[in-house]
Amino acid sequence: MAKKAESPSDWVTDAFEGAGYTCSVFASTVLAFGGILNRRRELLYHVYAFGCGALPVTVLVAIFTGMVVTFQTGLALYRIGQASQVGVLVPLAMCREMGPVMTCNILAGLLGSRIAAEIGTMNVSEEIDALRVMSINPIDYLVMPRFLAMCIVCPMLTLYADFIGIIAGALVARTQLDVSTQAYLSNAREVLEFRDIYSGLLKALVFGALTAAVACSQGLRTEKGAEGVGVATMRTVVISSVLILVSDYILGWFCNVFLGVGA
Amino acid sequence: MPETPLLDMQDVHKTLGGKHILQGMTLQVHRGETLVIIGRSGIGKTVTLKHMVGLMRPDRGKVFIEGRDITTLRDRDLDQIRMKFGMLFQNGALLNSLTVGENVAMPLREHERLPEEEVRRLVREKLALVELHDVEDMMPGILSGGMKKRVGLARAIVRNPEFILYDEPTAGLDPIMSNAINELIVNMKNTLGVSSVVVTHDMPSAFRIADRIAMLRKGRIIKVGTPAEFLETDDPVIKQFVYGEEEGPDEPSE
Ligand SMILES: Nc1ncnc2c1ncn2[C@@H]1O[C@H](COP(=O)(O)OP(=O)(O)O)[C@@H](O)[C@H]1O
Ligand SMILES: [Mg+2]
Repeated sequence: MAKKAESPSDWVTDAFEGAGYTCSVFASTVLAFGGILNRRRELLYHVYAFGCGALPVTVLVAIFTGMVVTFQTGLALYRIGQASQVGVLVPLAMCREMGPVMTCNILAGLLGSRIAAEIGTMNVSEEIDALRVMSINPIDYLVMPRFLAMCIVCPMLTLYADFIGIIAGALVARTQLDVSTQAYLSNAREVLEFRDIYSGLLKALVFGALTAAVACSQGLRTEKGAEGVGVATMRTVVISSVLILVSDYILGWFCNVFLGVGA
Repeated sequence: MPETPLLDMQDVHKTLGGKHILQGMTLQVHRGETLVIIGRSGIGKTVTLKHMVGLMRPDRGKVFIEGRDITTLRDRDLDQIRMKFGMLFQNGALLNSLTVGENVAMPLREHERLPEEEVRRLVREKLALVELHDVEDMMPGILSGGMKKRVGLARAIVRNPEFILYDEPTAGLDPIMSNAINELIVNMKNTLGVSSVVVTHDMPSAFRIADRIAMLRKGRIIKVGTPAEFLETDDPVIKQFVYGEEEGPDEPSE
């Protein structure tokens, strides 16, 4: 069915409706956590599938993130004659910011779209109606395991990305900036605190939960018709990427004030 | 006082995609009967079935199951009521990521604690009832439309529901297979006392299985009656549909 062009007020109503629906899906999912033991097979399957599916791209992104950050901060430090201090900046930037944000942005594209497309297709082909008639709640069966899997996979891959990014940084430091690996790593060890790492993983957990909530709710409200699944997928990627950036700032502030992640 | 109907739709209205599909639909289904709903494609038969199980909620009007209003129930309470239901979807609605066997076993695995062997035996038994053998390990994607529908039927009846909704059970099947499905529907009623609603536009099938027939047109039920009453009717609209006549009040295309 061809749609008329949306007026701005339709767009706003639609956005609020969508946000409200996402919140209600999120709330029902949290209420469904109690049933996780009955769904452990699905949970394990999704953790495995999401983790393996996203691993190669995560590694690639982590390598280049580490390299870019090291190269640019190195050059900036060079101007003030402090290039040897690059090992102080890169690990902090990787663990607190670049690791979680870059990784989870890629995961929002990769896994968010996958979840939205999967659930959206099931919705359009009436598989979700069939579940409902069988008294199987789609939140329990489809949403909750995927949601928890994202909450596990995002921090896991972020931790991995932090590590890889720091190593890649060491290589750039040595080949491009003339900073020895030893100096870089001893700087890193000196400056990096445990809370720099876990505050980043906390961010990744929130980003994963946001992406999963958006993806599942977009999938569940996919409109019938050929365009429906494409629209749901596109919206998932756009909305979760924006939410990741916005919440990143808020979380950074939160970690600074409440977890003492600061100077 | 007459007994409460199993299912009671009262003045149901529904607008979908800007079209007023159901315009004051009123219909009762009684315990133990097979009610057949006939009507042209796109008239809202599937939409009607979805209102009966709470998959869609009316814009206006009420749906009662055993006297209980389901239009305001929450999902978790609806799940309790749906335990007694089986539904065959128009396209089968199999879960494409699971095998045929897992699809049919799903209601059993979710709601009953049975030994694995018993589950397999029941799955085999129900698949045999719809004339399917050795298909348990196939994926739904490689099945023909008719086979998917029969697997969907096996899944709908696997827990011996009291109330079954069939959406075009014989569409896309060859005449011999259609007969087998008709006999299955009649048998379930005679041996298990199942109540059913069957949507179809296969008239021979309707006359074979129906206790009562209801004709849907322009968002309302225009006639409910026994098969004999439908055969004897003088109403030109119904005659045109029942006898498949070209001449009549309805145009082939709208
Ligand atoms: N979810 C929906 N959104 C918008 N329109 C719908 C939806 N479901 C059904 N319709 C429309 O309602 C009408 C009746 O559909 P349906 O009940 O499937 O017809 P049929 O009698 O062939 O089963 C059709 O015109 C269809 O396009
Ligand atoms: Mg239909």
